[in-house]
Amino acid sequence: MSTVIPPTAPAPGADGAPGAPRARRRTATRLLAGAASLGLAGALLPAGAAAAEAEQDTMTVAISQPVDSLSPFLAQRLISTSIHKMVYEGLVGYDPETNEPHPMLAESWEPSEDGLTWTYTLREGMKWSDGEPITADDAAWTFTTMMEDSDAATANGNYVENFEKAEAVDERTLEVTLKEPQATMLSMDVPILPEHVWAEAGDYGDFHNEEFPVVGSGPFTITGHEPNQSVTIEANPEYYDGAPEFEKVVFRYFSDQDAQVEALRKGEVSLVSGLTPAQADSLEGQEGITVNKASGKRFQAFTVNPGAETQDGEEFGDGHPALEDKTLRQAIMMAIDKQELVDTAYGGYAEPAEGYIPSRYPDYYWEPEGDDRLPFDPDAANAMLDEAGYEEGEDGVRESPDGDRLELRMHTHNDRPDYVAMAPIIVERLADIGIEVENKEVDPGVLSDALHSGEYDLIWTGWSVNPDPDYVLGIHTCDALPEEPGTMRGDAYFCNEEYDELYAEQLAAYDDPEGRAEIIKRMQAVLYDEAVVDVLTYADTLEAYRSDQIASMQPQPDPGGNLWGQDGHWSFSSAVPAEGGSGGTGPSGGVIAGIAAAVVLVVGGAVFLLVRRRSATADDRE
Amino acid sequence: MTDTQTSGAAPPAPDAAPGPRPRAGRVLRYLGGRLLTAAVSLAAVMVTSFFLFRILPGDPVAAMTEGREVSVEQMEALRREFGLDQPLWQQFLDYCARMLRFDLGVSYEFHRPVAELVAERIGPTVLLAGTGTLIAAALGLVLGTRAAWRRGSAGDRISSSVALLLWSVPSFWLGLLLIVLLASGTGWLPGLFPTGGMVSPGTTGALDTAVDVAHHMVLPVATMVAVVYAQYLMIMRSSVLDEMGADYLTTARAKGLRDDLVLRRHAVPNALLPTVTLIFLNLGRVFGGVILIETVFAWPGLGSLFYSGLKVPDLPLVQALFVIFAGAVIIMNLLADLVYPLLDPRVRT
Repeated sequence: MSTVIPPTAPAPGADGAPGAPRARRRTATRLLAGAASLGLAGALLPAGAAAAEAEQDTMTVAISQPVDSLSPFLAQRLISTSIHKMVYEGLVGYDPETNEPHPMLAESWEPSEDGLTWTYTLREGMKWSDGEPITADDAAWTFTTMMEDSDAATANGNYVENFEKAEAVDERTLEVTLKEPQATMLSMDVPILPEHVWAEAGDYGDFHNEEFPVVGSGPFTITGHEPNQSVTIEANPEYYDGAPEFEKVVFRYFSDQDAQVEALRKGEVSLVSGLTPAQADSLEGQEGITVNKASGKRFQAFTVNPGAETQDGEEFGDGHPALEDKTLRQAIMMAIDKQELVDTAYGGYAEPAEGYIPSRYPDYYWEPEGDDRLPFDPDAANAMLDEAGYEEGEDGVRESPDGDRLELRMHTHNDRPDYVAMAPIIVERLADIGIEVENKEVDPGVLSDALHSGEYDLIWTGWSVNPDPDYVLGIHTCDALPEEPGTMRGDAYFCNEEYDELYAEQLAAYDDPEGRAEIIKRMQAVLYDEAVVDVLTYADTLEAYRSDQIASMQPQPDPGGNLWGQDGHWSFSSAVPAEGGSGGTGPSGGVIAGIAAAVVLVVGGAVFLLVRRRSATADDRE
Repeated sequence: MTDTQTSGAAPPAPDAAPGPRPRAGRVLRYLGGRLLTAAVSLAAVMVTSFFLFRILPGDPVAAMTEGREVSVEQMEALRREFGLDQPLWQQFLDYCARMLRFDLGVSYEFHRPVAELVAERIGPTVLLAGTGTLIAAALGLVLGTRAAWRRGSAGDRISSSVALLLWSVPSFWLGLLLIVLLASGTGWLPGLFPTGGMVSPGTTGALDTAVDVAHHMVLPVATMVAVVYAQYLMIMRSSVLDEMGADYLTTARAKGLRDDLVLRRHAVPNALLPTVTLIFLNLGRVFGGVILIETVFAWPGLGSLFYSGLKVPDLPLVQALFVIFAGAVIIMNLLADLVYPLLDPRVRT
């Protein structure tokens, strides 16, 4: 933008003109009026804020995305499914302390001899929040609807794909018949819905469950939804385990993470999750704020393209041919110093990783031992490559025995700060063993296309692992390869016979949790040895809450667990309000402050108009 | 102001009787031409919108289910539901047929008609961006006129440099700064305004809600005004400067008019034209919202909806929004073209 000053413009006569001082005076008057209204704002608003005597039993939680749908049949976003956990219980959940299966609506369960029939017994005397009894019919109806109606299967259909039928034997007994035995019957994340409300709902593809209060079985019910702004849930007095102490929880949407942190500082929100290490450090030690550092559910990794192929063995893509060699893949793993990644990218808020399943789940956690271990050792990695015939060229970059120069591409999500921080370190470390890596920071869409077309060498990935790891293990079976080039379930083109056999074994080990855990550890050993999936870190989950609003919350697991994003409603159903604390800015305070703001606007506008009017009449008189 | 000019510029009386017909014809031709141009542009935008977002990398179904434990069957079902299993030309024909019926389709992510989502969000966007645009325009006009009238003075230099400085500030950064200073409060300064959102959860009653919304609007509107008012200021300043060399101003002064009147009655009305165009253009953009400001302040508008839709990409949603955004600019341009003859007699001849 440039200013155009015509050279021929005559010098403004304004300066000498008699009107000038007057005009200047008038400007001054207006500025004064503006300043006065601002001052007024300053005087009124703090009073309003101080008057914000909010209800004691309200907790406000900052969330990073708006809900997509309040219908459990449709909702896919993490925020929506997390809220549903407060409102609808499933049959079996996870223990808050140990992550073991925990009775929810079902108090007990029993598989048949052949593992094809599961019988769940519901608790006695449970009621929906509208007072109707919760029966086995509700559960049977929920599963059956998901099996029969493809709209109802949108979000959770995967859990019932192997179901033959689900029926209520009596009021409290549900019987599920399977096509094949499966080990995940205690880890079904399926909210059971009230048939008497939902049966009449009509088209499930277009039903969003917005009749408030929503009828539910959990410790809270949904009582309000301002689209794109907030969801309000309130304590359910009919809850079988007693109503929670917080009467109300408001989930408020903030798209900007820094704004969330400011809202926490101010006390406008009570709980913030997903903090960056820098944010956590800045909140540490602040009065009235407690920072919670929890062991993470997520692993961060990159995968190596072992040669993309379909289930029929048709090869596609343009992965570097040398990466089909396991020795090279293992050398890559040994070149990377995971502690360095933890220190640099996470400021220490992470754990160096080896096994596929995070240490948060001790039952399944596996660490390599003895000779199986591929430790950080660039010298050994170099020696391995020398021996395997990878000769170093003049520029220090090796060539494969087939004569291909070891130059690799690495696709990095540009929207993940931790990957972006780790990628250059990996480029450096791989240069140490004679591999040249070009780091491509790209849009997740570009990355996803590169993965599905097999046109990559190294690519970042990461999964949030549930207490039952079946799914994240399943994506590395040969079945997860694509039927034809395009999209697929897996994320690594990994296919290994031994791994597949172990996967089938663990799936059938429904009656032997310890034996199943052993098999799962062996699967991780295979995955590690093949060095296709290089698990690098388990990042901590960083959260902070107002300790002057919330006295305590149940972490999961306990100790060292997280508060937000639990497998269950434990942190919220157990939360205790702080003595004399204020739970978020209630509407009363906001209203007073708001009135002040409006007064300021109106007064300011009126003053402006008056000044104008008066000057106009003065001109006319002249 | 418009009235005076129109009457002043009316053709001389003699041929009053035969006059209107050719003039009406001219007006009709002018109108027809503009309408046709607008319709053609709109059609082009519709077609572009379809292909533009198909070029975007990424598979909507893969993005939507990322990190979720879905089966291949579920993903296939979603693809069928969205019509993504159809050949491209088929999808395009369906899209055109829908658009001609004013059916914007169903959002992938929200499983709701796009029209419903837009209806929900358009109010907040127009409220925020509209208020911001009007205040910025008014402020820019006043300050720009003053700066030009006293060109080269300290006041001019300060006001122009402050405006340009703010113009170069990234809006999200300024927004965050205001949040830190005025929302969360620092030191002795208490937090005066909400950190984000449009209404405090639980607010009821029309008056309370209006007041609460006004309170939430202060910071985002202030951010927007601060960043954009410079363009009005600079344009107004340069067009007033252009007028300052004109003979009619010398005449006005020769009549003995006070300097202030010369400015208000003669220079400003003539200098307003370019600014009016700019205001209309920006009013068209009001519907697109101010994405960054909406994001920082969690304002539930169309801009943030577009942004979240792009990440998937939620094709029906972003296609429809693109058409709406572009359509609003086209229509506002059309309006500007139609209003112009009323403001400027020269266009009419």
